[in-house]
Amino acid sequence: MSMLLEVSGVSVSFDGFKAINNLSFAIGAAEMRAIIGPNGAGKTTFMDIVTGKTKPDAGRVIWGERNISLLGMSEARIAREGVGRKFQKPTVFEDQTVLENLLMALRAPRGPLAVMFYRPSPVDLTRVEELASEIGLLEALQRKSGELSHGQKQWLEIGMLLAQEPRLLLVDEPAAGMTPAEREHTTAILVEAAKTRAVVVVEHDMEFVRRLDCRVTVLHEGAVLAEGSLDHVTANSQVIDVYLGR
Amino acid sequence: MSDTFLKRNPSTLVFLAVLALFVLGVTLLADGAGAGVISTSFVKTLGKTLCLALVALAMDLVWGYTGILSLGHFAFFGLGGYMIGMWLMYARTQAIVVSSLSEAPIPATESEIVDAIGNQIFGVVGSSEFPLVWMFADSLLMQLVLVVAVPGLLALVFGWLAFRSRVTGVYLSILTQAMTLGLALYLFQNDSGLRGNNGLSGLQNLPGLDHVPQATLSIWFFWASGLALALGYLFAAWIVSGKFGSVLRGIRDNEARVRFLGYSVEGYKLFIFTVTAIIAGIAGALYYPQAGIINPAEIAPVASIYLAVWVAIGGRGRLYGAVIGAVFVSLVSSWFTGGQAPDVNLGFYTLKWVDWWLIVLGLSFVLVTLFAPRGIGGLVDLWSDRRQPDRHGADLGPGVGALREKEAEQ
Amino acid sequence: MRTTLLAGLLVLLSSLAALSQQAQTPLANPGTADPSPMQAVLQEQGALILKSSRKTISPAIAALADSGLPEAQAVLEAWQVKALWMRISDGMFFRGEKLDSKNYRLFDFDTGQAVGDVAKSDLKQIKPNSGIRALIATALVQFQLSDPDPARRADALLAIERAPGADLLAPLRASIEGEVDPVLQARKRRIAQLLTIAYDSDVPRRVATIEQMSGDLGLDLRGTLNPLVTTGLQAFAGQIPEGLNVARRVEPGAGALSQDAAYDILVAAKLAPARLSSDEIRTTLAAHIEGGRVGGVPLAQLNKEDARTRAYAALVKAGQAPALVSAAQISARLNAHVFAEIYDEPSAVMTHAAQAALKTIATQVAVGQAVDLTLDALSLASIYFLAAIGLAITFGVMGVINMAHGEFIMMGAYTGYVVQQVIPNHTVSILVAVPLAFAVTFAAGVAMERLVIRWLYNRPLETLLATFGISIALQQLAKNIFGTQARPLTAPGWLDGAWIINDVVSISYIRIAIFMLALIFLGVFLFIMRRTRLGLETRAVTQNRGMAASMGINPERVNMLTFGLGSGIAGIAGVAIGLFAKVTSELGSDYIVQSFMTVVVGGVGNIWGTLAGATMIGFFQKGVEWLNPSNTLAAQTYMIVFIIVFIQFRPRGIIALKGRAAGD
Repeated sequence: MSMLLEVSGVSVSFDGFKAINNLSFAIGAAEMRAIIGPNGAGKTTFMDIVTGKTKPDAGRVIWGERNISLLGMSEARIAREGVGRKFQKPTVFEDQTVLENLLMALRAPRGPLAVMFYRPSPVDLTRVEELASEIGLLEALQRKSGELSHGQKQWLEIGMLLAQEPRLLLVDEPAAGMTPAEREHTTAILVEAAKTRAVVVVEHDMEFVRRLDCRVTVLHEGAVLAEGSLDHVTANSQVIDVYLGR
Repeated sequence: MSDTFLKRNPSTLVFLAVLALFVLGVTLLADGAGAGVISTSFVKTLGKTLCLALVALAMDLVWGYTGILSLGHFAFFGLGGYMIGMWLMYARTQAIVVSSLSEAPIPATESEIVDAIGNQIFGVVGSSEFPLVWMFADSLLMQLVLVVAVPGLLALVFGWLAFRSRVTGVYLSILTQAMTLGLALYLFQNDSGLRGNNGLSGLQNLPGLDHVPQATLSIWFFWASGLALALGYLFAAWIVSGKFGSVLRGIRDNEARVRFLGYSVEGYKLFIFTVTAIIAGIAGALYYPQAGIINPAEIAPVASIYLAVWVAIGGRGRLYGAVIGAVFVSLVSSWFTGGQAPDVNLGFYTLKWVDWWLIVLGLSFVLVTLFAPRGIGGLVDLWSDRRQPDRHGADLGPGVGALREKEAEQ
Repeated sequence: MRTTLLAGLLVLLSSLAALSQQAQTPLANPGTADPSPMQAVLQEQGALILKSSRKTISPAIAALADSGLPEAQAVLEAWQVKALWMRISDGMFFRGEKLDSKNYRLFDFDTGQAVGDVAKSDLKQIKPNSGIRALIATALVQFQLSDPDPARRADALLAIERAPGADLLAPLRASIEGEVDPVLQARKRRIAQLLTIAYDSDVPRRVATIEQMSGDLGLDLRGTLNPLVTTGLQAFAGQIPEGLNVARRVEPGAGALSQDAAYDILVAAKLAPARLSSDEIRTTLAAHIEGGRVGGVPLAQLNKEDARTRAYAALVKAGQAPALVSAAQISARLNAHVFAEIYDEPSAVMTHAAQAALKTIATQVAVGQAVDLTLDALSLASIYFLAAIGLAITFGVMGVINMAHGEFIMMGAYTGYVVQQVIPNHTVSILVAVPLAFAVTFAAGVAMERLVIRWLYNRPLETLLATFGISIALQQLAKNIFGTQARPLTAPGWLDGAWIINDVVSISYIRIAIFMLALIFLGVFLFIMRRTRLGLETRAVTQNRGMAASMGINPERVNMLTFGLGSGIAGIAGVAIGLFAKVTSELGSDYIVQSFMTVVVGGVGNIWGTLAGATMIGFFQKGVEWLNPSNTLAAQTYMIVFIIVFIQFRPRGIIALKGRAAGD
């Protein structure tokens, strides 16, 4: 199976501290993957590298069928290539309505002039409504997103990610601060998304990971410690030592 | 299309109606129309105020909507003024020179006329040669193009350099302020080619229209300023109403998020920075013929900060707020500093407004920032809140947005 | 040159006036000559002395000075101070001493004895004008050079330096050996050397002296050598005549000399007829208008050059106008002449020696200038550093952007001014002003932090605007209190003057003091931040406010004190800046943008960065000023452009915090 994203031998250090150390990672075109690891293991930095926010000191990040390198591309360009990212804390545009948030994310030309003359077509509006019902915000389309509850904001952000129609979804702790019912819904959304695209979930919560039922990559001190099913990695003595054992 | 646009933005219709009424009223009451209730100089003041409202509108787009606190937009305003001023001064001096030379027994050659114009214009800085920047000064069309091109190009180059290196927030403000200072200092030099600190003068006289009295000219310019403001407002309302406005506000509130949505934040910033610079240049080109004189002191960094003050007092992030702020503060300022305001006798000390107005303005500005961040425009919210009680979303200014962005990246 | 001419003219005019007044004066009677020798000389020269004209007086002064009589000096000195009187009854000259408004006591020069008291109406005072007094002073120099009083000898040397002359060389040389004061002797030697170079008739001796002095950086030496290498551009028909000291031949139209300029030289030397200017042609054309036509060309067409040329040609043909000098004629004339730069100094040996010496000096001057420029740049850098260090605390450490920082600097300067109004002693007043300025601006800073800034933490743009409001209010307040004119803040006397290393390199003490102050501030800053509780708490609060608070630090108090500290330092900087800049209400705004630039360019949050930023900006600005010394405004413009470009390469400043610690 050809890989959608291949990260190989990547290292990055901040003021001498190696945040990522010779990390390699690969994910296929329609696959769910969970990344776990203790604080400071390099999970967020890993996402920063893939999305172009941080430039690694060494290593390669190869993307797609044409094997293009994501290094040296701007964040916006990488996003247009099909990498979507959800932040740890819900970051939606609170001053704007849910509809505006989703329309902004909807896949469409991103150039200033194209955007200036853009007016939503019926097709676009239908697509937004579909997404809104998927994330349970159909009733809230005209509300300012700042008025939403924490969980709703998380869903809105996931909805925005889906609206982008990315080929790879990077999701940072999607279930943080959610009620059990909300978690269940979130799991459903992610599992559904992973049928057609690659999804990488960074998560602390083992129960949530278990429910995702996917391969797990354990990071430690900036490198991959173990990879496999959740049961496989939780049986790994090293993993127990550095993470689970504490 | 435009029906829905206006329907979705009722404030635009209200604004245009108020502006139209205002222009009509002033016209009927002005000296030029014979009523004589409003003096010619006050018509000019009102016309200038409309131009200031236009540049405030540009400032609101770039700061209130996009979150770039530019301290350089008055420099673009001044550049627009300089560009039109060059033609006005050249053409008028040419008319004077030609008429004085026509009394000579031998008709003058073209080079003699140009030399004489050069002598007239640059005599004050001890030169008579036309510098390269005056290359197109004899052509109104070219100078009109430059009104748009010079501020636009400067904004494009500066913005490209600044945004490309991801200079944001206060750093960008300081950098734009430095740009403004640099430009002002450059223009202050005598060999800048724009007459140093003498600036350009006599701009109130339109070449070839000597027979038209200033009373009429002032009305024409007033109309032009009103029209420019109306068009500027329509344009601004149009771009902020749609997805483009969404993206701009998104950049203001959370730049990184917009970037990860696939929008080239730098491109948008550059676009809006340049477009607003052009609007500022056009406003300046309309303002200075009414002011009659332009000199580098007009471009000093403090002028650009005042622009921000107007927008903040009026209420940023809403277009009518910028207009209200500019009109209110500049008119009140000119009332207080013009010596019309009565002195206040405190018994032990007579408070002269000419001396104390700036202190009052400065302090009231602090108070607005602290207690009424939504400015005068916030009053409208009080009213509309009563009509639409369901809208109680917390106001999220760019300042708070900056904080949120930091959290997001942790 | 022009001023001496003017002075001469003035002297001439005033002496003419004096002459007309004296027309009635009876001339001395030479018949009643006294046997005393000095009086005899005076009587011989009596007519010239009475005429008292700068043009004719020289022989009289020379006769007195060269008389060899010991009394000559006393006579000249009396004359110089207007104490020379003539008794009208017999035309005898005496030194007069005033008794009262009517009467004078006369002293004989030869004997030195009083000869009696005489009413003023019976006397005539000899009043030399300033020109004559200068001549007398020169004549006196040879006496004064050997005067027992060292102060007068020094005065004499000063007189020579001011008005060097060939005739002073011999007496000066003669006086060197007998000089007892080693300092004065050295000075005499040096001046004698300079006079030798300028005036000695012995060329080898002059050249030897030049070679001896080569490498000396004194302005006086350059002042002596430069006239030896001045040239004038001259035109010669055919060949350059022998005996001229030719610097170089110049081809018209090639290099510095344009064809037009060359022809103008010919015209000026009356070697060629003048060309007609376009103005003259137009005047001529205007004078020959006949029936709306000039030379057959209709007037309306004369707004074109070629039509004018045709009309003028027609006039020439009709004999109504002088012919134009054609281009061919010009080039023929130019070809017929050679142009050369000719040295004013006739001796080629001299000009060579002088040039070689000047070249050596120029190299050393360049080195000196580089040193001087470095010192200048350092001092500018320390000024920027002083202005910015307060910001490095409030903006760099706390992240609060304070647009009123410049006004705190201004407040400090005005505090210094007010203190000087109360305490007249400048040293004491500065010593009082520094802590007081700190106290005043510290209080202002704390007040501002409490009232405004603490409500706006994490809203930097709004802080910027609010503090700007305070800035304009403070500025206007200062204007209302102190007026718009500049107020003086005078440095103590011991800071006046400069440390002069040689004629090229010097630095004023005040700049050295500011440099020292900058170093002290740096030390104080480092001490406070690294060694004190406040510094520790400040760093803790800056890095993690919540954590600091939970560890018992009161962030409110720390912020208040830190802001007060930054503001207080601005106040002290204000006193220092006020010492050399004018204290006005705009003092602060002159520095605010540069201060922010210094902090930003250096790298926010790092005092070494601020230091590096100040150094870079200072050196860059001085460097640009050096390239274009006439234009300090342009230097600032270029500096700002440079900074904008610099930010491209190091967006976080020279010394940047890296990685996640920097935050975005």
